Amino acid sequence: MVDPVLASRLQFALTTIVHIIFPVMSMGLAPFLVYFTWKDIRSDDPVYEQLRRFWTKIFAVSFVVGTVTGIVLEFEFGTNFAAFSTTAGELFGGPLATEGMMAFMLEATFLGVFVFGREKVSDALYMVSAVAVGLGTWLSAVWILVANSWMQTPRGYELATEGGQTIVHLSDPIAAYANPRFPWMFVHMQNAAVLSVALFMAGVASYYVFRHYQWKYPVENVAFWEKTLKIAIVVLLLTAPFQVLHGDAYGRHVAETQPQKFAAMEAVWETESYVPEYIIAVPTNLQDLTDPRARELFGIGIPGGASWLASGGDPSATIKGLNEFETEAPPVAIVFWAFRLMVGLGFWFVLLAFWAGYRWWRGELRDDDLLHKSLMASSLLGILAVEVGWIVTEVGRQPWVIQGVMRTEDGVSPGLTGGEATATLAGFALVYLALLTLYGYIVARIVRSGPPTVEGIPSAERDVPVTPGTVTEGTDDD
Amino acid sequence: MTDPTVLQSGTLADGPLFGLPLPELWFGLVFFLLGTFLFLDGFDFGVGALFATLDDDDEREQLLSAIGPVWDGNEVWLVVFGGAMFAAFPAVYANLFSRNYLLMFAILAALICRGLAPEMYEQRHDARWQRWWGRAFVAGSVAAPFFLGAFAANWLLGGAGLASVPAIVVGAAVVALTVVNGAAYLGLKTRGSLQREMVAYGPKAVTAYLGLVVAALGYLYVFDPAVSDSLLAPASVGLVTLTVALAVAYVAAIRRETFLPAMAAAAGMTYGLAALVALLMYPMADPAAGLTVESAIVSTLPLNLMTIAAAALLPLVFVYFGVLYSVFRGPVEAGEAYGGD
Ligand code: HDD
Ligand code: HEM
Ligand code: HEM
Repeated sequence: MVDPVLASRLQFALTTIVHIIFPVMSMGLAPFLVYFTWKDIRSDDPVYEQLRRFWTKIFAVSFVVGTVTGIVLEFEFGTNFAAFSTTAGELFGGPLATEGMMAFMLEATFLGVFVFGREKVSDALYMVSAVAVGLGTWLSAVWILVANSWMQTPRGYELATEGGQTIVHLSDPIAAYANPRFPWMFVHMQNAAVLSVALFMAGVASYYVFRHYQWKYPVENVAFWEKTLKIAIVVLLLTAPFQVLHGDAYGRHVAETQPQKFAAMEAVWETESYVPEYIIAVPTNLQDLTDPRARELFGIGIPGGASWLASGGDPSATIKGLNEFETEAPPVAIVFWAFRLMVGLGFWFVLLAFWAGYRWWRGELRDDDLLHKSLMASSLLGILAVEVGWIVTEVGRQPWVIQGVMRTEDGVSPGLTGGEATATLAGFALVYLALLTLYGYIVARIVRSGPPTVEGIPSAERDVPVTPGTVTEGTDDD
Repeated sequence: MTDPTVLQSGTLADGPLFGLPLPELWFGLVFFLLGTFLFLDGFDFGVGALFATLDDDDEREQLLSAIGPVWDGNEVWLVVFGGAMFAAFPAVYANLFSRNYLLMFAILAALICRGLAPEMYEQRHDARWQRWWGRAFVAGSVAAPFFLGAFAANWLLGGAGLASVPAIVVGAAVVALTVVNGAAYLGLKTRGSLQREMVAYGPKAVTAYLGLVVAALGYLYVFDPAVSDSLLAPASVGLVTLTVALAVAYVAAIRRETFLPAMAAAAGMTYGLAALVALLMYPMADPAAGLTVESAIVSTLPLNLMTIAAAALLPLVFVYFGVLYSVFRGPVEAGEAYGGD
């Protein structure tokens, strides 16, 4: 039987790690869908109707799974983190309630119109519903990140002890809700979502382009997929470099506001100056993996890079080591490697974006076999980067649940037994595994069945001729 | 940026907005939100339960199409109910949810099942796949209101287990109530033999509901001295009488095939149930933890802010629902697909 504190933490981690996949898909798809809907209404090109209908299907499935997993999270604050909820409820409950009234309501009602109502409503109302759905997903992020950013950089509160329990009182709502972390988090998160979806689109589309032009299996809808690929490349070119530049500045902000977390991200134990930033760190033995220490790692690094990052330009700046903080360090290995992985992926996405952009510019987008394979292999890596980014954020904050205010172990429900917590943890592990499998299966089916047939796309355009004699299969599998 | 001291020393932190009795209003609002959830998602659950009575593919599709565009919006009322309780009575939220730990996860599991099933059902058109997702849909639709009813009973009576007599009786009553709602809704959304078949379950469910409510109240009267006094208070007696009157009106409306009044009567019964629980509980907000409405309410500043937020946002929410339900008014056409595509 797992201890209730550990089981609650694992359960929260598991349930958020699964939940975030679906908001990433829906928040990332939102701007695309608004654009497709607009073009579908305004332009004569029927490919936009295909794009809209095809990606709406994926949006709808993601939304449903996002909903069912999101409700679990909201309830878990009460069930597993009752002490935290009592202590912080005054600050924390408000954003969650507002999220429900302002964002989820908007999104869930207009989604009904958006998914089911194309034939029933005017173009104008249809466009409004597309925007409302998109806005709803983004507003959800606003409020949930207001809540989370306050846990990272708490402001605008006073502490009082009532009935033996510490209670956080809201004293200055503007300081609390517009806290310094929020804008960083929101921009980084939303750009990450769009980037992740662009990677997903590019990966799926390049598979069909590759299949058609490289493997010479005629793909009926290759024009649709090429269009998708090009749109995705444009978005990649915009979001991937921005994410890296923004992340760099974000790191500086974390160093200022959560120095202990920053030290864990860089695995700095002793206070030092001229700390290098490893772009690639190579663990030379098992110990480095489980207990990385910046000074002892072998890697390719920028001398003074971490110091430079922390201080905003001074390679000789001092970084306070983990040994000097009053509380114990967070699990450094997890934070350190998760951070390396996020940064590494960030640079890889930039490379991928420029590479694809270059090929397109040269008119060679159909020909680069290796590019296609790389895009395919990267289709889910955006989501992976989001996951590890959140792991840096949340695990790096340990041992605090509210930085400097409340420890995680004190936040867990006092009456919770190990038996109950273990039972639900095991249940979630099973149910969520099934959920993920199911989601993957359904999305794969939607992708395989391809875009819907719409009026206005003559069949000749759909069946792009292929070099005769190389065809080994009649049509695409489904 | 506004000067923060305005908020600290200004009226927002000094006293309740316009001198309103905000703790009571929020206590009422929390139950109003619960009632709205039980009414709106209630008819989705009821449709889910009635789904079990059908074998025909086409008819099953019609039931799914009837709730397809609306169920997600309806479910958000549960999220808002939780959010409002968290924001206004954090200690109640924490105590109640952690005390009913396994029950909360049972509700969640049921909601996962119910939410996923229709979406999955439509993804593949083979018999076995649809049979299993159909079952999951029914199971989730019946289990969710059952556990919610049990949760309401535990809240009122301070129980915590999954299975006590009142929890089971109230759970069953809420299931019956969702069928009452679902039958009236299908009266509006279907036609012909399917409609006749579905609405016929309405009067049966109403009888079951009344029987179960009487059983629950009788049990409370006998075994729970703490509540028996407030049971005889004029307001509670009034609510029970109203429920009976609405039940009669419901049956009459179903007989006359006027389904909008039937829906209204069902809504009245649902809000009546939420109001009865609230009345019996007041002035406590969580009897088992000894928390009263006054002692569990958050302090003035956040309460005022939340009041402003709710006053600004809830009217908008009603507009969204207005748009949604007017776009999808009228019966679903036979053969109309769930997925829109
Ligand atoms: C596609 C996803 C993605 C990519 C490519 C990157 N990030 Fe990131 N990062 C996230 C997705 C993300 C995230 C998951 O969205 C996080 C978690 C919380 C947040 O605000 O964003 C995050 C958090 C996050 C944090 C804050 C940790 C905290 O709040 O404690 C920092 C300092 C960085 N990132 C830095 C970077 C740098 C320097 C990158 C590239 C060189 C980078 N990120 C690429
Ligand atoms: C969706 C993206 C998120 C992911 C992937 C994520 C991940 C995690 C992980 C891995 C933990 C466990 C940390 C540990 O105990 O070592 C955790 C804990 C926690 N997170 Fe998050 N988190 C996310 C978003 C949020 C948000 C938005 C909030 C608040 C609004 C939040 C609140 C919490 C709380 C209360 C805990 C439990 C206490 C703790 O262990 O610190 N998380 N999360
Ligand atoms: C750990 C904290 C979190 C909680 C308590 C939470 C809560 C919820 C709830 C209750 C829902 C269902 C709403 C409905 O019924 O429509 C939901 C869905 C959603 N959540 Fe979360 N969430 C968390 C983390 C996040 C994060 C970090 C993001 C993004 C930044 C996010 C974005 C969304 C979005 C966009 C939806 C809509 C459904 C979808 O698009 O898939 N959530 N969440």
